[in-house]
Amino acid sequence: MADTALTERRSRADTRPRAPRGTRRRRAPWVGYLPYLLPGAVAFVVVIGYPLVTNVYFSLFKWRGGMAPLRWNGLGNYVDLLGDDKFWTSFGNSLAMIVAMVLVPTLLGLVLAAVLFDYLGRRFGERVSSVLRATYYLPQILPVAVAGVLWNWILNSQTGALNVILRGIGVETPPNWLGDPSTALPSVMLVLIWVQMGYPVVIFMAALQRVDPELYEAAELDGAGWWDRFRAITVPQIRPETFVVTLTCTVAALKVFGPIYVLTRGGPESSTLVPSYYSYLNFFDKSQVGYGSAIATVLTLVIVVVALVILGLQNRAERREREGV
Amino acid sequence: MAVATDLRPAQVRASAIDSRYRRGVGRWLVLAAAVLVGLAVLAPFGIMLLNAFKSPQDYAANGPLSLPSGLYLDGVVAFWERTDFPVKLWNSVFISAVVAVLGALLSLLNAYAIGIGRVKGRLWIVALFLLANMLPQEALIYPLFTMAQSVGLSNSQWSVIIIFTVIQSAFGTYLLSSVLGTFPPALLEAAALDGASRWRILWQVVFPIVRPTLSVLMIFFFIWTWNEFFIPLVMLTSNDTQTIPIALASLQGDRMMDAPTINAGSLVSLVPAVIFFLIFQRTLTRGVTAGAVK
Repeated sequence: MADTALTERRSRADTRPRAPRGTRRRRAPWVGYLPYLLPGAVAFVVVIGYPLVTNVYFSLFKWRGGMAPLRWNGLGNYVDLLGDDKFWTSFGNSLAMIVAMVLVPTLLGLVLAAVLFDYLGRRFGERVSSVLRATYYLPQILPVAVAGVLWNWILNSQTGALNVILRGIGVETPPNWLGDPSTALPSVMLVLIWVQMGYPVVIFMAALQRVDPELYEAAELDGAGWWDRFRAITVPQIRPETFVVTLTCTVAALKVFGPIYVLTRGGPESSTLVPSYYSYLNFFDKSQVGYGSAIATVLTLVIVVVALVILGLQNRAERREREGV
Repeated sequence: MAVATDLRPAQVRASAIDSRYRRGVGRWLVLAAAVLVGLAVLAPFGIMLLNAFKSPQDYAANGPLSLPSGLYLDGVVAFWERTDFPVKLWNSVFISAVVAVLGALLSLLNAYAIGIGRVKGRLWIVALFLLANMLPQEALIYPLFTMAQSVGLSNSQWSVIIIFTVIQSAFGTYLLSSVLGTFPPALLEAAALDGASRWRILWQVVFPIVRPTLSVLMIFFFIWTWNEFFIPLVMLTSNDTQTIPIALASLQGDRMMDAPTINAGSLVSLVPAVIFFLIFQRTLTRGVTAGAVK
C-alpha cells in the first residue's frame, strides 16, 4: 500500500521545488527532512531495536534474571527447545488459533459482509445492515481481558451460566469446558471466533462500497444469481482487503496472549498453551529468562516468515491480475 | 486511502432500497439468520447485564437466566471498592490519552520526512516500522523490563506510555506516510515560494489538511492502548498504577469474587470503552477501513 503511493511520488520528483542554484553547495532536497526523523529514530532504537537485539543476546545464556549471573549457553536453549514437548504443543496450538482467528472469521465475515451489503442492504435498507454490522463488531471494542473474564465465568463448570442452564434442562453432568483437556482448546477457539468475527465484516463491507455497482447490475442483466455474483464479483473484487485481513489476523493469532492468560493460563495439562504465554511463563514464573528469550526469538522469526510469505503471495496475486487484464 | 473521503455515488446508490427487490419470503429468512448471528454475539452481553445487579443469594436460587428479583448494587459496589476503580479509571484514561497525543505527533514527524521529504531509503524505513508493529511483545519485554528498572521507571505509567507511543506510532507512520505520499505538490510549492520553512510548512500547510486522519489515528491509539494487556501486566505491578483490564483480570483469581461481582466488574470495565465507541463510531468505522483501503 505505502509502496505504491511512494513510487508514484517518485515519478513526480522533477516537479518539486529545488534549492536555488549558484553559490551554495547543492544538497539532495531530502537531507533537510532528516531532523524530522530523528525523534522517531531514537525512540525506535531505544524501545524496539535495542530490546529486540538484547532479547536475542539473552537467549544465548542461562539466566535466572535480576542480579543473578549470566552463564553462557550458546545455542543450548534452542537445542533444548527442539526436545521440549511443551514448546511443540504451544506451536501446534498456534495452528488452532489461526483456525479460530483467521480461517473461520474470514470465511464467516466474507459471507456476512456480502449478505449484509448486497442482499439485506438492498431489501431492508442500509440502516438494518449497519445496525447488524455494529452488533457483530461489538466484541472487538472491549478489552480482551474483560471479554476473557466474562467468558471465564460463563464457561465455569460449577457457577457458570452455561452449565447452570444445561443442568436446568436436565443435563446431569455438563462438561467442564475450560477445565478438561479435551474441551479447553475448542472452548477457547469459540471465544476467539466470537471476539474476532466483527473485524473482517467491517473491513469487507467497506471494501464492497468501493466496488462499482454497475458490475453487479450488468451481471444481473446477464441472469447471474446471488451466488454467481458473490463468486465472480464480490470475492475477486475485495481480494486486497482479504490479504490485509489474513495478514493482520494471522499475526494476531500467532501473538495471542490476553485471552489465554485470562481463560486458562495455558492449562489444563498444556492443552491451551501458546508460544507467547510459554515465554511469559519462563520469564516471570519459572525465572528461566534465557529460555523464555529463546522462545520469544523463535516466535518472532515465525511471525516474520509468515508475514513475508503472505506479502509475497499478495504481490504474486496482484502481478497475475495485472498480467491477466 | 479512504480516510477523508465522503460518501461516494456508489454508496449512495446502494443505500437506496431498491423496489425491485421488495418481494419474496426468502429475504425474511436471510434477515432472520443474520439477526440470529447478531443475537449470538449479544448473548454474553445480555447474560452479563442480567446478572450484574443480582444478589448472590438471588443468583444461587434462580440461576443466570432469571430477571433480578430486586436491584442490588452490591456487586458494583464490591467491585468498585475492591479495585479502587476511580484510580484504575484515571490510570487508563491518562495512559491512553497521552499515548494517543504523543503517538500521533511522532507519526506525523516521521511521515513528514518519509512522505513529503521522501528521504532516501524510505521504503526500508516504512518496512522497518511495519515490522515493529508485528513483533510479539514477548521479544521486547524482558529487556524493556530491566531497562525500566535501571532508569527508575519500573512500575511507572511513563514506562508504558513511552513503549506504546513508539509501538502505536509504528503503525501511524506506516499509514500517514502513504497519505502524505500523495499530498498535492502544488500546495507545497506555493508555500516554498512564499519562503516558508519546512517547520512552518509542516504546521501551517500539512497539519491542517491531515488533521482528520490524525484524529482517527488518535482514537485508534487511545482504544488500542486502553485494551492492551501484556505490557501493562508486566510493567504495572502495584495497585495504584494498574489499568482497568489488569485490575479486573487480577481480581479474577480472588475466591471472594462471586458471579454478580464478576458481572458487575465486567460491566463497569467495558462501559468506558462502549461510551467512547458510541461517541466516535462514525469516525471509527471510517478509520477501521483506512488501513485496509488503498
